[in-house]
Amino acid sequence: MKVALALVLSLGVVGSATAAPRGADLYAQKCASCHGSAAIGVPEPRRGEGQLGQTGIGPPLRGVGALAADFYLRTGYMPLRDPYDQPRRKTPAFGDDGIRALVAYIASFGGPGVPRPNPRRGTSSEGLTLFTENCAGCHQVAAEGGIVTGAIAPPLQSSSALDIAEAVRIGPYLMPRFSEQQISNRQLDSIIRYVLLTKDPDDRGGWGLGHLGPISEGIVAWLVAGSVLVLVAVVIGGRARKEQ
Amino acid sequence: MRRWLIAGIVLLLKRMRRRPDRKRERIFAEAPPSPVGELVVLLLLLCGTACAVGFIVVYGLDRLGSQTQLLGLALGLSFAFFAAAATVFAYRLVPTAEEQEPYPEPDEHPDDEREVVQIAEESGDRITRSRLLKLGVAGAGTALGAALVVPTLSCGPFLDVDPLRRTPWRRGVRLVDSLGRVLRADDIEEDTFYTAFPHGAPHEQIGAPLVLVRLDPSELKLPDGRKGWAPEGILAYSKICTHAGCAVALYRTPLFEPTSDKPALVCPCHYSTFDPAAGGRVLFGPAGRPLPQLPLEIGGGGTLAAAGGFSDAIGPSWWGVRRT
Repeated sequence: MKVALALVLSLGVVGSATAAPRGADLYAQKCASCHGSAAIGVPEPRRGEGQLGQTGIGPPLRGVGALAADFYLRTGYMPLRDPYDQPRRKTPAFGDDGIRALVAYIASFGGPGVPRPNPRRGTSSEGLTLFTENCAGCHQVAAEGGIVTGAIAPPLQSSSALDIAEAVRIGPYLMPRFSEQQISNRQLDSIIRYVLLTKDPDDRGGWGLGHLGPISEGIVAWLVAGSVLVLVAVVIGGRARKEQ
Repeated sequence: MRRWLIAGIVLLLKRMRRRPDRKRERIFAEAPPSPVGELVVLLLLLCGTACAVGFIVVYGLDRLGSQTQLLGLALGLSFAFFAAAATVFAYRLVPTAEEQEPYPEPDEHPDDEREVVQIAEESGDRITRSRLLKLGVAGAGTALGAALVVPTLSCGPFLDVDPLRRTPWRRGVRLVDSLGRVLRADDIEEDTFYTAFPHGAPHEQIGAPLVLVRLDPSELKLPDGRKGWAPEGILAYSKICTHAGCAVALYRTPLFEPTSDKPALVCPCHYSTFDPAAGGRVLFGPAGRPLPQLPLEIGGGGTLAAAGGFSDAIGPSWWGVRRT
């Protein structure tokens, strides 16, 4: 029994110890064409080296830590088909084991770890204030997303607490990054609590219509209902004229 | 009871007898009856009734998932069916014919016409000072028109634009954050943005808020005459967009610049995009002039302070301040 236990324990230790080497293999296969060997990056376009033979170019990953690796792999932001595209949320390309191995490999170059947000510590009213000040400019106050010139600010409805905590510290793509000096971990908990609240809004009036209030509702009323009315009037009038 | 019964029978007989036996002469041409049309109208009315009843049922159930949508659908369909019934009724069951009546000749009633003209002329007999009255009416009309137009002056200062040029920023005014804490140069990091206010001045003034960013000093391409305005690459711009006066609340900052757009300050209202590296030059959007820049200096203890006033008039471009 003891022997078996020791075997399991040693296997576990070996498992975590081999994660980084396995990550190195995966990295060489899937990531190195854009991020360079040993995560040094590819600053100048390298033709025919990226995925599907496209131009390989990408930032160095030394020092980004488990924080960025975990975020980009779990959300499916990476790998990216075209390095000039904006990364979008999709099904992760790697399984849990693969992600763990790659994160361990990137973390071995140093950098910040994966944060541990606790939305229950925050308050949603403080979160609303902070979100309005720092995030709503792009993501809209209802966290429905929006646009910046040159990129899309994604909606946050499918983001988990950990996704939000990581993104705020990384600043993916065109998003600014917020340090702990600007937004403390405690304040971040409040922001997350507020964003999680927006996932299940109480749409008393029926459809949310982007939760933008009277503007979108007015557009729908004027464009949809208005054009239907005009169409009906034209159809009725057209028939009347024909019968004359 | 018996009396009621007799009364009923008499009424019934009378109704039956009242049916017209003789055929009156028709004014409208006779049209054939349309049993199909009647049936369609009845069916449509039935559907409309069903939908209206459905509305009441949905309203009563009160615990449906998308109750609002169902309520709207039921009521809308009910109206649509009634409208369709009315349309079909009009087309199929209402007889239509054109009747013509000759228009009267112009000189048929010469006496009447003369009388009308005379009445019109005599009606002005009580007025002795008609020119003065016309003048009075014109004056009142003009004054009323002016009274309706004058409030547009509130849309913006047309004559006195001086207050728009006054801001609390002078040489040596220190920068504080929204909670009043003094900002130091070391606090300002790259790839993020900060909102700053003048120390000891109200934050609500249109000239008060700044947006602060730090860029690599080697990337700066500031216009001539702005040398030394951005110590350590820290740049300060008015946070008020020059287009419509919204707060420039967006800073797009690429994580990896070779594959995405360069850093820019963006106004969320109409997406005016300004280049912080080039003195707030407009990159995109409806803004007609650059974001005004504030020269900075780093004082004792590394605190950030203004080194002068803004490069340009702040706020949206009124008629008088389009250019300086």
